[in-house]
Amino acid sequence: MSKYILRRLILIIPTLLVMSFIIFWMVRAMPADIVDALVGVDPSITPEAKAALRHSFGLDDPIPVQYLRWVTEALQGDLGKSFRTREPITKSLVASLPITLELAFLAIVMSVIVAVPLGVLSAVKRNSNVDFWARAGGLIGLAFPNFWLATMFLLITSLAFHWVPPVIWIPPDKDLVGNLIQMFLPALALSVQLMAVEMRMARASMLEVLRQDYIRTARAKGLREGVVVFKHALKNAFIPVITVIGIQMGSLLGGSVIIEQIFGLPGVGWFLLSGIFGRDYPVVQVTALFLATVFIVVNLLVDITYAYLDPRIKYS
Amino acid sequence: MLGKKLRTQDSALSTHMAEASLSQPASFAERPRISLRTRLARLPRQNPIGMIGFVVILIVVFVAIFAPVIAPYTPTSQAAKRLLEPSAQYWLGTDELGRDVFSRIVFGSRISLQVGIIAVSLALALGGTLGVLSGYIGGPFDWLVMRVVDIMFAFPGLVLAIVIAGLLGPSIQNAMLAIGIIYAPVFARVTRGVVLSVRNEVYLEAARVVGGKDLHIIRHYILPNIMPSVIVLTTLQMSTAILTEAALSFLGLGTQPPDPSWGTMLSNGRKFMEFAPWVAVFPGLAIVIAVLGFNFLGDGLRDALDPRLKE
Repeated sequence: MSKYILRRLILIIPTLLVMSFIIFWMVRAMPADIVDALVGVDPSITPEAKAALRHSFGLDDPIPVQYLRWVTEALQGDLGKSFRTREPITKSLVASLPITLELAFLAIVMSVIVAVPLGVLSAVKRNSNVDFWARAGGLIGLAFPNFWLATMFLLITSLAFHWVPPVIWIPPDKDLVGNLIQMFLPALALSVQLMAVEMRMARASMLEVLRQDYIRTARAKGLREGVVVFKHALKNAFIPVITVIGIQMGSLLGGSVIIEQIFGLPGVGWFLLSGIFGRDYPVVQVTALFLATVFIVVNLLVDITYAYLDPRIKYS
Repeated sequence: MLGKKLRTQDSALSTHMAEASLSQPASFAERPRISLRTRLARLPRQNPIGMIGFVVILIVVFVAIFAPVIAPYTPTSQAAKRLLEPSAQYWLGTDELGRDVFSRIVFGSRISLQVGIIAVSLALALGGTLGVLSGYIGGPFDWLVMRVVDIMFAFPGLVLAIVIAGLLGPSIQNAMLAIGIIYAPVFARVTRGVVLSVRNEVYLEAARVVGGKDLHIIRHYILPNIMPSVIVLTTLQMSTAILTEAALSFLGLGTQPPDPSWGTMLSNGRKFMEFAPWVAVFPGLAIVIAVLGFNFLGDGLRDALDPRLKE
């Protein structure tokens, strides 16, 4: 097992290297570069001045040279500076990361709290009314775009309660209640799709587990249904749900880019978009790679949890 | 490994596959030999959800084709007063520039379908070809293709789409390209899997023994096996492609004004929704309906065409 984890950890390195080069190259292949974006169409700036500006950003070197320079610096812990603000990216990333992580974490917690009991209930009371509505909800929940849900939440709170989200992010260590109130709607909007997916998965795996022999044995020896379901079945039925959370982490990170934009939360996704709109190369490549790294690491954690919960699984 | 098999993609589709792989027997040979057409013909009776999806999609396609006849106004005409409430004259009200919301939603269906069809075709052409060749040829080529696929899967899909569309410059063509690229690996992985599962079947060997050329074998013996999975996957990917286009347009990275994309309408309407909720509510509902249609149809098709994948 530890060998497997080690191999997976080592595999992250080539993946990130290849990915970073593709992103690096893509960022530089785009039609208008940072210099064009900075000076706009101002005719008083001569081509010579533009070339000097490019030189100051190191953009006149060949792409492989630029890439090597960037990787060397990144390995030393220096992720570069924003072309626009001249701020070190590491600093901005450290500041924005907690917001995205909290958002994703709250969304996962909320989705599990709602989806797993519903999925289990749906499986236990198969073909009942509860089952029908839970399944319908699972199908329909998938079709709701999180950005529309977020917009609707804002519309409802603004019309009904005259409440608009605070403009500035409230850190949880400063004002936990204020922070949770602020994060509730964004996390809920982000969690609906996840909820639907987990609910379907919980139901499907619960149905599968309830057919197993050991469940029949548990029932046969006279255990109450509640004990059979919650003590014997739920643990095994929960495993695939964890995997699904890992898979959905990708949509969750993508969704957080949009949700952060809607609620004005300065997280990693917000930072990425500001980089894209500002043609700020270093910001785009670092944030995009960073989100990919989070995704990879979460999935590794999921696989480890998976093997831990189900001793039958032996990774080779 | 189950965990590995489950990790096919990060879209809504993953659940469909994941749920399925819990109970699916591996061999293709066990499948009853019923023709594709028969299985499609049985769909309505056996699968009401799939049928609902089919009808919804028919309506959306109908609206898109006959948009100029159905829409009472030109989608870009700014003739009316701004932000009018829904009324007999303007069914869903007017937007911040005095354009008829209903007409824009009707024409928006064209953009959604167009982006969905082109992007998914691109993904299918790219991913499907690579997947079939990869599974058929094997060896170093297979290894290389699958490593590229792995790397792309290591990237959150929507983030990649945002980066590609953002870097190429916001336009509907670039949005289609971005969506096509991020969904290609899904097709590559699924088609390769099917090819691998039939590659050693006796009838393939027989075809080879009697001197069948590779292209002939792929066309007549492998492609028919892939069709069910591809049809199901294509339908389900249509829904995610429509969602992704709406998301990109919402961020300003997709369809550009004044073209009536549902995502763009929603994003513009957001600023005025306290006074005129209809400009934000209805474009979102249109997205939900189209996505729901393709999801339902995809679910139904999966049950009908790919009985192995049934829950």
